[in-house]
This record gives sequence, C-alpha cells and structure tokens, in this order.
Amino acid sequence: MRFSTLARHVREGGKSVVRNGWLSFASISSIAVSLFILGVFMLLSLNVNKLADQLDSQVMIRVYLKLGLDEAKIEEVGREIRRIPELKTVTFVSKAEGLERLRQMSGEEGKEALKGYTEENNPLPDSFEIEVFNPQTVAVAAQKIEAINERDPDQPIMSVRYGAGTVEKLFKVTNALRNIGLIIVAGLAVMAMFLISTTIRTSIFSRRREIEIMKLVGATNAFIRWPFFVEGILIGLIGSGITTLVLLFGYSWLIGTTQKDIGLYLIELASLEEVGWIVAVSILGLGIILGVWGSVISIRKFLRA
Amino acid sequence: MIEMHDIWKTYPDGTVALQGINVVIDRNEFVYIVGPSGAGKSTFLKLIYREEVPTKGQISVNGFNIGKLKRRKIPYIRRNIGVIFQDYRLLPKLTVYENVAFAMEVIEAPRRLIKRRTMEVLDLVGLKHKAGSMPSQLSGGEQQRVAIARAIVNNPAVIVADEPTGNLDPDTSWEIMKLLEEINFRGTTIVMATHNKEIVNTMRKRVIAIENGKIVRDQQRGDYGYEI
Repeated sequence: MRFSTLARHVREGGKSVVRNGWLSFASISSIAVSLFILGVFMLLSLNVNKLADQLDSQVMIRVYLKLGLDEAKIEEVGREIRRIPELKTVTFVSKAEGLERLRQMSGEEGKEALKGYTEENNPLPDSFEIEVFNPQTVAVAAQKIEAINERDPDQPIMSVRYGAGTVEKLFKVTNALRNIGLIIVAGLAVMAMFLISTTIRTSIFSRRREIEIMKLVGATNAFIRWPFFVEGILIGLIGSGITTLVLLFGYSWLIGTTQKDIGLYLIELASLEEVGWIVAVSILGLGIILGVWGSVISIRKFLRA
Repeated sequence: MIEMHDIWKTYPDGTVALQGINVVIDRNEFVYIVGPSGAGKSTFLKLIYREEVPTKGQISVNGFNIGKLKRRKIPYIRRNIGVIFQDYRLLPKLTVYENVAFAMEVIEAPRRLIKRRTMEVLDLVGLKHKAGSMPSQLSGGEQQRVAIARAIVNNPAVIVADEPTGNLDPDTSWEIMKLLEEINFRGTTIVMATHNKEIVNTMRKRVIAIENGKIVRDQQRGDYGYEI
C-alpha cells in the first residue's frame, strides 16, 4: 500500500467518525459506559484482592517448644525448621520476650495478674514465629514441622499452632471474593462486547449501500475495510479514553476523601500508583480491541456478498 | 470488446433470466438494450460488470474471460468498466468532488493527479462549480452527471448504463444523452439499457432487443420497436 493511501484511510476513518455524528456518539458512549462499569468493578476487585492479600499475609505459624530444653537443642530444632522450603522467615521468640509481649498486650487487670512472674518462674515456653511464602501452604508447612517432632526421640515441640480451621475458612472467603470479582469482570466484558457490536453493526448496516457502491467502482475489500478499521480504533480510543480519565480522577478523589476521613482508616485503599496503570492499560486496550473488533466483524458480512 | 457465447443465466430462486445469448459488441460501439421489463436486460448488463456470473456459456470483456474470474480479481476488472444507474448511486456522505475522486483513490492514483483529473471530468459534465456540494443538494440530472463523471474518471473502455434517464424529465434526459454520446465519440464503448422510445428513435444507434431472455432483434441504427 502506498503511504498516501494509508494516509487517505486514516483521513477517511476520521471523517467518518465526524460525519456519522450520532452513530459515532452512540458507539463511543456505549463503549465508555460499559467500560466504566467494568472499570469500577476492576477497581473494586483489585481492592478486594489487596484486602485478601493483607488478611492472608497475617497468617502465621507458632511453634511452642517443650519447657526446659537446653540451648543446643533449641538451635537444632531451629535448623531443622529452617530447612522446610515453604517458610519465608523463622524468628525465635524466647520465653522472656514472650512474657514481655504478653505484658504489653494485656490491659491493667492483666498486668496485675502477671506481676508475680519474673525471669525465674516464667511459665511461658520458648517459641518460633514463622511466616510462609504462600499463605495457602500454611497447613502443609505446619505438618512438616510436626513431622520434625515425630522424628526426634526427645519430642522437643510442644505444639504447632496456625489457627487450623480458622485459616481455612479465611482462605475460603478470600478465594471466593477473588473469584466473584473475576467472574463479574469477565461477565461485564462480554456484555460490553455485545452492546458495542450491536451499535457498530447498526452503523455499518446503514452504510451497506455505500459498501456496495464502493465495490462497483472497483474498490478491493481491503480498501473498503481500512477506513472502518481506523474508525473502530478511533471510536474505541475516544470511548475508553474518556472512561480512563473519569475512573482515574474519580479514584484519586476517592482516595483523598477516605484518607481525610478518620472513620475509614481501617480500610486502606490500593494507591493510584498500584492500580492506576493496570486499569488504564486494560480499559484502553479493551476499548481499542472492542472498537476494531466491532467494526471488522460487522463489515465482514457485507464484504463477502 | 464484449463477447458472449451461448450465455444462460438461471437465478438460485429458479428464475430463468437469459437463454442462450450470443452477441459481439465492438470497441467504440454505442448499443441500446431494449425490451419489456423482466426480459433480462439488467441481467445482461450485470454479467458485463461481473455482478452476476452466467450459469452456462462464455463471456469475455476487454479480453478477460470474466466467467472464470476469481472473486478477489473482480475489483480490478471493474476499474475498466464505468457503471451508471437509474438511481445514480452516489455516496451520500461525500461531496461531489469526493464522489468522483473516490474512483481514483481506489486505484491508488497520486493525489495531484486525482485533483487534476477529477476537476477535468467535473468540468466536462458541467459541474465544476458544484464540486463542494453534497449529492442531496443537487437535482436528479446533476446527480446523474456526477455519476457519469465518476464512471469516466479512470478512462474505462466500457460504460454500462442501466436506464440512466429513467428518473429524469425529457430535457434533462437529452442533456445526459448528449454527454454519453460525447463520451462515446471520445472512444468509450457504451452499453445502455433503456425504455425511452424517443431517445432510441431520435439518437439512432445499434439496438439489441431482448425478450424472455433471448435476443429477438439486433439492428444497426435501429428503432425502439415497442409501443408504450
């Protein structure tokens, strides 16, 4: 193709957007509206994911050791535990530290009750605090730690706790939230596609005659298709561009408001830097794909005849 | 130029349009196709610009066997055939200039050539001053002249016209006919289907009469031959 022909296609595609006035407007707004709904759900689902990640990452394994182990034994158990590949960090918490923490966490009454305990008569066991790489593997990791205990004739571990049962329930909830978000986003994307293809089909149907005339004067299918292709890109770009701007500005406004409002400090929204580009890229990309797809698919029918 | 040998055409719905057409139209001829409605005139023309393919028989236009032409080659043979219709068939959203230039953009002519040649043919059909108008702002006769300009802009060997004066009043019809005659004098073959008795009987040319899908008369400087 000559460069001047390509320039002509771009020019004609642009002109066509302007000349088809309200049909272009209908296509642009249907892309903008459906992508907006999609974008809102994307932001929502990204935030739910973040929340789920936060909840997951708070999952921890605590290994309580038998009382009265000597330091060599404690170190040996520590080494054994550190060999398990699923574990991210293994921190030793001595019984003195444990007591100190307990004092800090307890209220006035608790402090009173703990007053009598000192270095000598500390009833707490030594322990390890363990984080895993993937919170979903916490149960497996805990089993492996218990296996260490089984192998050792001294049985140095008193108990392994990770909130069995509670953790599984938490994962069920967070996984469900992620899946529901994904399903809603996928469903909305499909809905947007139908809406847009209908609009663009209407606009192309009204131009069926034009296509016939173009063929009569000897235009190749590719020649006819190009301006429609450009038109699709433009419509998709304008529609999704508007949506992206509205979403990003709206979201940054939302972050600003919730941060000021102390009542909402518990829910920490994902920052604009974190989610902004994902939303922008997917909305713009989807918009262009939808516009091009809509125009190319719909025109194909008329070109075959 | 145009040769048909034992051409038969049956449409998918069973309608038999042409039954054994044999005809040779030479370079530079001006031919009227006459006959009752539904006799097969339009099908005859559609075969020439490859809108339809014959069910049986051989047809060649400009030396190409177009019965066997591949679908993707169609655009290229259309570029050597200008078509004119009763209903003008202009692109409604393009200006007069753009409608004519479109036929040249299709063949990827350089922009400067497009500009020069488009203005030249608009001048020939007397519509240079309406170059920027939209088709809807023009009279029927003017629209048909734009269609003629578009048909001739690429210097086709053949012009196929299907009742080009069908929607026009007698005076305008004569303007269009004079234009077509002028184009014919410049060396373009013209095949024109018509119901206009006055034109056929006054501007005497070769007349081919088709009835029931058969050529019943083929006469140099013939007359219309039907009472209205």
